[in-house]
Amino acid sequence: MTDLPEGIERREFDGRQRLATRGEPVYGEPTDGAWRLWDAGRSKLGAMVETGMDVDLTAVDSVLYLGAASGTTVSHVADFAGPTYAVEFAPRPTRDLLDVAESRPNLFPLLKDARKPEGYAHVVERDLDLLVQDVATRGQAAVAVDNARFLADGGQLCLAVKARSEDVTADPETVFERVREEVATAYEIVDTRRLEPFHDDHLGVVARKR
Amino acid sequence: MTEHSTDRGWFAGLEPGSVDDARDAIESGSAAEPANWPQQAVEAGFAEGEADYYDLLHEATVDATRAAVQQREQADDKQLLHAVRAMDDATRTANELAERLGEWAGTLFDDAGTGVDAARELADREPASPLEARVISLAERVDDLAGEADELRAFIERQAPEVAPNLSEMAGAVLAARLIALAGGLEQLAKKPSGTVQVLGAEDALFAHLAGRGSSPKHGIIYTHEYVSGTRPEDRGSAARAFAGKLSIAARVDHYSGERRPEIHDDLADRMSTIRARGTDGDDTTEGSQ
Repeated sequence: MTDLPEGIERREFDGRQRLATRGEPVYGEPTDGAWRLWDAGRSKLGAMVETGMDVDLTAVDSVLYLGAASGTTVSHVADFAGPTYAVEFAPRPTRDLLDVAESRPNLFPLLKDARKPEGYAHVVERDLDLLVQDVATRGQAAVAVDNARFLADGGQLCLAVKARSEDVTADPETVFERVREEVATAYEIVDTRRLEPFHDDHLGVVARKR
Repeated sequence: MTEHSTDRGWFAGLEPGSVDDARDAIESGSAAEPANWPQQAVEAGFAEGEADYYDLLHEATVDATRAAVQQREQADDKQLLHAVRAMDDATRTANELAERLGEWAGTLFDDAGTGVDAARELADREPASPLEARVISLAERVDDLAGEADELRAFIERQAPEVAPNLSEMAGAVLAARLIALAGGLEQLAKKPSGTVQVLGAEDALFAHLAGRGSSPKHGIIYTHEYVSGTRPEDRGSAARAFAGKLSIAARVDHYSGERRPEIHDDLADRMSTIRARGTDGDDTTEGSQ
């Protein structure tokens, strides 16, 4: 079961208990007072928490988020965490990410390539508590291994692997097995789980830096 | 940018508040390994404390990233991409509206035709009733939209040769713009293997083939070029392969050098005449050679 910090609560939306964080709404999501819905269907990390994976967000302060896209998920992360570095490679979604960052002083947006950590290692600090990765590129495991340098020893990795990004023709399980093996070279894997029904052909991986 | 390429934090050597320098340092700097930057920044006197550092970092990253996004989005190839998509949308919408208009105008005017040309004629009429005024007003919208599509095409024909001279000469301005749009930009197109360029625009057929359904597509959007569509069906695969190969080279020359290279155009013309000669003299020995 996922341990939740103070900044995340399960609250009732549409008659169901769903995740919520406190912060300025960004994409027209439903709110309940100061709380806003964190939709697991729109967020891989949200789905990892919602499916009860072994994620521990209670002691998370500093975060590196790779593949921040328009900032939907990273906005929730910045709501409950401290310094949050958000890396995104494509200019168009980064334009939206900037709007999300404007109202969150602890969110630092960067237009950078997650496959080249040297390009942002002069900005992103070391010994971070959490690395979240949701990049749709080939070599997702290599990106996670390469970016382990930013984590503290024992720091947590929450990785969402998209099977189709590695190989559109291969069986997803074959892809996931290869990813697990490669991630294990730099991390100790804590939990893996398919993210259905929230995201098809995605594997959630929770791991700790060795 | 050598002053930022050492293993120092982005703030090294910056005065607090020097916005342009901070932007440059974040955008073009690098470091092999991260460090405890907040602590270093405070020790170096760049920030008064950790909270102050994060405030400065927020301001600098938002500012640098906004500038970088703007620069990337306003690059000329990206503008061409929007122009060609807008042209297609305007054309499609004009045709759809013209069809609706044809249905409606046919009930009011005996001589009403169908299509964009008929809409243009209709737009010049004087309405004799409030009802006719609506129909004629709709015809004016079709006329405007079709006119916008024409102007977008004229813009693309002027702009594409500046962005990609070799690609535009080889494929024509509009097909060049479409290839750039399908790839997501000139750089992305230049980095694609020619086999991918050959089937750009035929993604549905390609993925169906990869999943085991159907044969592999021989050509995508390049079919619209006379080199492919004008070649007899049994040689179209060869023509598409040869054409895509040279288009890839043209895109790479355009992206990496930007100069016109007459020889690649001559090579392609030679190759195409060889392929087309097969149909006339039955010589099939060139199959597979490049």
